[in-house]
Amino acid sequence: MTKLMSSKEAISQIESGMTIGIGGWGSRRKPMSLIRELLKTDIKDLTIVSYGGPDVGMLCSANKVKKLIFGFVSIETSPLESHFRKARQTGSIEVMELDEGLLQFGLIAAGMRLPFFATRVGLGSDILTLNPEIKTISSPYEDNETLVAMPAIHIDIALIHAHESDALGNTFIYGPDLFIDDKIVRAASKAFVSTEKIIKTEEIDENKSLSNWFERSLVTGVIESTYGAHPTAATPNYGFDKKHLNDYAKATDKVEWEAYFENYISLDHESYITAVGGKDHISSLEAPVF
Amino acid sequence: MQSTSYTLSELCICAASEAWRGDGEVLATGIGLIPRLAASLAKMTHSPELMMTDGEAYLVSEPVPVGPRGSYKPKIEGSMNYSRVFLNIGIGLRHAMTGPVQIDKYGQTNISFIGDDHKSPKVQLLGARGFPGNTINHTNSMFFPNHNTRCFVRGEVDMVSGVGYNPSKRTKGMNSKFINLGLIISNLAVLDFNGPSNQIQVKSLHPGVDIQEVIENTGFELLHDNFTSTLSPTNEQLSIIRDFLDPHNLREQALPDRIDK
Repeated sequence: MTKLMSSKEAISQIESGMTIGIGGWGSRRKPMSLIRELLKTDIKDLTIVSYGGPDVGMLCSANKVKKLIFGFVSIETSPLESHFRKARQTGSIEVMELDEGLLQFGLIAAGMRLPFFATRVGLGSDILTLNPEIKTISSPYEDNETLVAMPAIHIDIALIHAHESDALGNTFIYGPDLFIDDKIVRAASKAFVSTEKIIKTEEIDENKSLSNWFERSLVTGVIESTYGAHPTAATPNYGFDKKHLNDYAKATDKVEWEAYFENYISLDHESYITAVGGKDHISSLEAPVF
Repeated sequence: MQSTSYTLSELCICAASEAWRGDGEVLATGIGLIPRLAASLAKMTHSPELMMTDGEAYLVSEPVPVGPRGSYKPKIEGSMNYSRVFLNIGIGLRHAMTGPVQIDKYGQTNISFIGDDHKSPKVQLLGARGFPGNTINHTNSMFFPNHNTRCFVRGEVDMVSGVGYNPSKRTKGMNSKFINLGLIISNLAVLDFNGPSNQIQVKSLHPGVDIQEVIENTGFELLHDNFTSTLSPTNEQLSIIRDFLDPHNLREQALPDRIDK
């Protein structure tokens, strides 16, 4: 059994109108080589679920997004994501704006095959007024408390970026934070993992297993993609590319975006790495300090 | 000993650090430079029991200086990764200080968007982030570098990201007992929610600020019967801020000085 495939093969399983969950957080460990592959297609009308960074911004500027389910969108080098901001201010995308916790809770419910997750989060805020589809329930116990029934967020295809995977889909994510990649994968019908390095199953030991956050049965495809998170970070391998992110952030008008698309997104992965400065450049990007 | 030579940012950091006094063993989260320095100062002075992160995913036993760290290595004591933060929020063992874009008389805060149409906002900001969950679960304080009527708004905020004490936002059967707003620190004054029915009141004015200036720059009615002067930083506090926590003086860019002494 092997789940190894190319980016193109993985993305070919996406159809217009699907719900796509993207791992990572802001400008950290985003599956950018898969996103670039998706941007090249004529797929459209996607519902995107993400703790958003440039993944969301690029999908917005390439007119791939029908609806965005989000808690925030930021590229971190500046707090606001200019492409997302443009899409919002021109009213070109629908949104389900959530609290960051609620988004997780919806994913957890989907991953457990439950209809909703009970929580207080959302009560008293405009999350409930802006999303009338989110309903409340009464606790069936003596407290009779009113709670938010955060609906399950079902994902058709999950895209995440990992540090190591084997051909069976055993996946290892290192660095300080998994973010919610496990929850995105669990909420999805199919998950595709781009990975910095393909390892042999025999290389997996007790130590690696501590960084194995979900089981291989949840993984449909594994795509080798060294530096595949660029321009976002894949700590500890490399940090995010501030200059590249800043240049991208400026490219919001039609001409500049088309130039960015032509110069970077249209390329195959090897050519992309060369165009952004090469392997040594990416390896030398330091982890962000906050 | 109180110093006579300090900047506005240093005054605000010291005043804001008071927000965490007496909180016990909770996660102190300061979002933005001044709140983070304030939380760090609280931990290094009156409240060493506070938990803090390195600004990312590790808990540290000593607050991490801001800006380039040179040879400094964070003193890691554990993990506070992203998923765990929401478990910590759920049990309420946290006090965050954030920098909202708008606040209203109920203490409701907005960081999501400006305008009256959510489908096509006039200005898209970050999104609600963790505000709804933070404010329904644990104590929250706020910092405003520019105290004016665009931030301290008339009426209500454009989007209620952070929950306040608005009676019309209390759903029947909702448990609101964990909602607790602490201090508001601005470039002009320190405010709290200790008026009748949690009304916002002036706790102290920064040196050189007139109460009229605060009133004129606030879009809603403030109680101002009983206020003091914001305490000047002590030499010990200043030395911790200048020599350890913010050696590159990033605080000056975050909040330029305006105190005329």
